[in-house]
Parts: sequence; structure tokens; C-alpha cells
Amino acid sequence: MASKFHLEIVTPDRVFYDGEVEMAVVRTSEGDLGILDEHISMVSPLKIGKIKIKKDGSFKEAAIAGGFVKVVQGSTTIIADAAEWPEEIDVQRAKEAKERAEKRLVAGREAYDTLRAEIALKKATNRIEVVESRRK
Amino acid sequence: MAGLGMRGIKRRIKSVNSTKQITKAMELVSSAKLRKARERLDKTRPYFNTIGKTVQEIISSTRGIQHEFLKTREVKKTAYIVITGDGGLCGGYNTNVIKNAIFHMEEKERVSVIAIGQKGRDFFRKRGYDLDGEFIHISENPSFTDAQNIGKLAIELYRQELVDEVYLVYTEFLSTINQKPKTMKLLPIEATAEEVVEVKRNDDEEFMSYEPSPEAVLSFLVPKYIESMIYGALIESATSLQGARRVAMESATDNASEMIDDLQLQYNRARQATITQEIAEIVGGAEALK
Repeated sequence: MASKFHLEIVTPDRVFYDGEVEMAVVRTSEGDLGILDEHISMVSPLKIGKIKIKKDGSFKEAAIAGGFVKVVQGSTTIIADAAEWPEEIDVQRAKEAKERAEKRLVAGREAYDTLRAEIALKKATNRIEVVESRRK
Repeated sequence: MAGLGMRGIKRRIKSVNSTKQITKAMELVSSAKLRKARERLDKTRPYFNTIGKTVQEIISSTRGIQHEFLKTREVKKTAYIVITGDGGLCGGYNTNVIKNAIFHMEEKERVSVIAIGQKGRDFFRKRGYDLDGEFIHISENPSFTDAQNIGKLAIELYRQELVDEVYLVYTEFLSTINQKPKTMKLLPIEATAEEVVEVKRNDDEEFMSYEPSPEAVLSFLVPKYIESMIYGALIESATSLQGARRVAMESATDNASEMIDDLQLQYNRARQATITQEIAEIVGGAEALK
């Protein structure tokens, strides 16, 4: 049995996760990062992507929309803009958001709008991916 | 007691009663809204606290790192983000926040205001303050996007060196009957005293590593920190507003009830007096006929 550490994921509207886990895999701006117990203290920004949480030998996945991760001995804190379990994601809405963002990207006028549309597109694609990878 | 005839008293009772009905309704509405706002506050507080604590820890352990958000500049102009409500009828809520802000401010020329809520905007505009931004109709139900917009504006002002310090003035919700206006420094970020003690402990343990670099992490983290602090303050203020309104309306309703009681007493006395007088007249008339 792997040793456990404390993982906390907070978003502006709730505490998404709070508990002891064996491993967490997050997508940082530098690439995927696996966190085990006794990880060195560190801080890193997170990209829009998924997080894998290993608890009692099985993995759970969730979608995370940007944020950052902080590891301090024995406890990991993830502060995210939004986080959802696959079952909470409204696929229909994500697909619509994706289409909308794609259209905007094609139309693309100002730099700020393009950036926003890109982020929206990434978020939507990420949500859809998380749901689909669970179905497999 | 004199001056008002019976009819006059009756009219006043009616008018006070209709005011009472309005304040009572407002009290009920704000109780319901307060309950909702408190639920939301309970949900956001952990986020607000966690991000504040995290950033404080990081800032205190990055001594020696140069970053535009950490460096103190000579203060020529200070920005104040003042969070007030859109409407009145909530006791001293708006006045207290504004008073707190004014108390903290130096001369008018060196201050710029980002007003949130109609009351604050009107106040500062009327007195000729420099308004750099205004956000109205968001106080009651603030969204994270609102906070992001306000944060972006503040950071932009700071980056372009239009302001050299940014303060946030909001109302902290302690309980339904107790709300406290607070002023907090947002930029440049400073480690608060209590956190420094904590960090000393951390220093003994180990060194914090930053991916990809401390500068990159801070550039990402600070805007996020500011947005979250503003969001938290918006939620606190929104909850305080409902609390203050509820209390104000409750006492207004109580006062109205008291007034109605007094007026009712006056009315009864006046009525009694007329009856007594009528009887006296009748008796007097009958006596005269004998």
C-alpha cells in the first residue's frame, strides 16, 4: 500500500476535493506532473486539462480549467478556476461552447477576443475529452 | 395630542401601517437573500482563504526575487477599489464603507477610485474624485467574471504606473448584526506579520521550488490572487449588505409598530373624549329642560 498524502482542490464556488490520496497527476504548464507522498515543495501553474487522482488503488479523473498547484510537505493544494467530475459535465453545453468558440476563432477580430475564444475552446474540448475517456 | 382630530389620527395610522407593510416585506426579502448569500459565502470562503494563505506563503519565501508586483514604488497616486451597494435602505452600510475609505485616503489629488455600486460612485463623483472605473448593478449578485474585470483594470493601472498602490475597501461579514468595513492592500503585495512567523518555520524545513521559474509563477499567480481577493470581497460585501438591510428593516418595522400603538392610544383617547363630551351635552340639555 502506497503512503498517502492530503490533497485539497478548491474552486471559487466550492471545495471540490478534500481527502487522503496515493497519487495525483496534474497537467502543469511544463507538462504532466505526478505527485506522490514526500514530493519536494513546489508551486506551478496548471494548464486547462485533467487531473487524475489515485485513491485506494483506483484512478478517478476530473476536468480542471486552469489554476495552480502548491505542494508543501505532506499536503497538496490545487486552486482552480473550475473543476468538474465527468458525471457533472454537461456534454451538450460543452459541445455548443466548442462550436461557438470555433466560429469566433474563424471570425477572429481583436487579439483579446481571439485569446478568449481559444481559452473557451480549450475548456470545452477538455470537458468533452474527460467525459469520453471515462466511457471507454 | 391636540391638533390632530380623530380623522387625522386615523389617516396617520393608515399611512404608518402601509409603510410598515413595505418594510416588513423588505425584511422578509432580505432575510431570504441573506440566507442565500451566506450559503454562497460559506462556499467561497475556503477558496478565498486558501489562495490568500498560499500567496502569502509564496511571497514571504521569495525574498530577493525582483518582480513588478512586489516592488514598492514611490507613491504618487493610490487607487482605491470601494465596494458599496446599489441602493439605500440598509442602515449605515454604505456610509460606513465610504467613511472607512475616506479615512484612509490622503489628499484628493493623489487618489483615484474604482467604484463598485451606485452609492459609492455617486458619492465620489459628486465630490470630484478621480474615477478610474465604475461597476454598477453587480453588488447584489457578483460573479467571478465581474471580479476578473475589476482585477484586470486594477492591474492595468498599476502596470502602466498610473497608480502606485492599490487598496481594496469592503465590508467583512461577521454576523447578521455585525459587519465591519475593512481596508486591505492589494498591490504591491506585502507579507503580513502573522505570515512571516509561519514562514520562518518553513524555512527550516526546506526550500520551495518553482516551475518553470519564480518570476513566471508570480506573473501567473498575482493576477489570480487579486481577482480572488476582489471576488471574495464582493461576496463578503454582498452578504453584509443583506445583513445590514435586514437589520435596518427589522428596526423600521418595530418602530412602525410602536408608532401605530401610540397613535391607536391617542385615537382611543380622542374617541373617548368625544363620547364623554356628547354625554355631558345630553345630560346638560336634559337638565335644562326640567
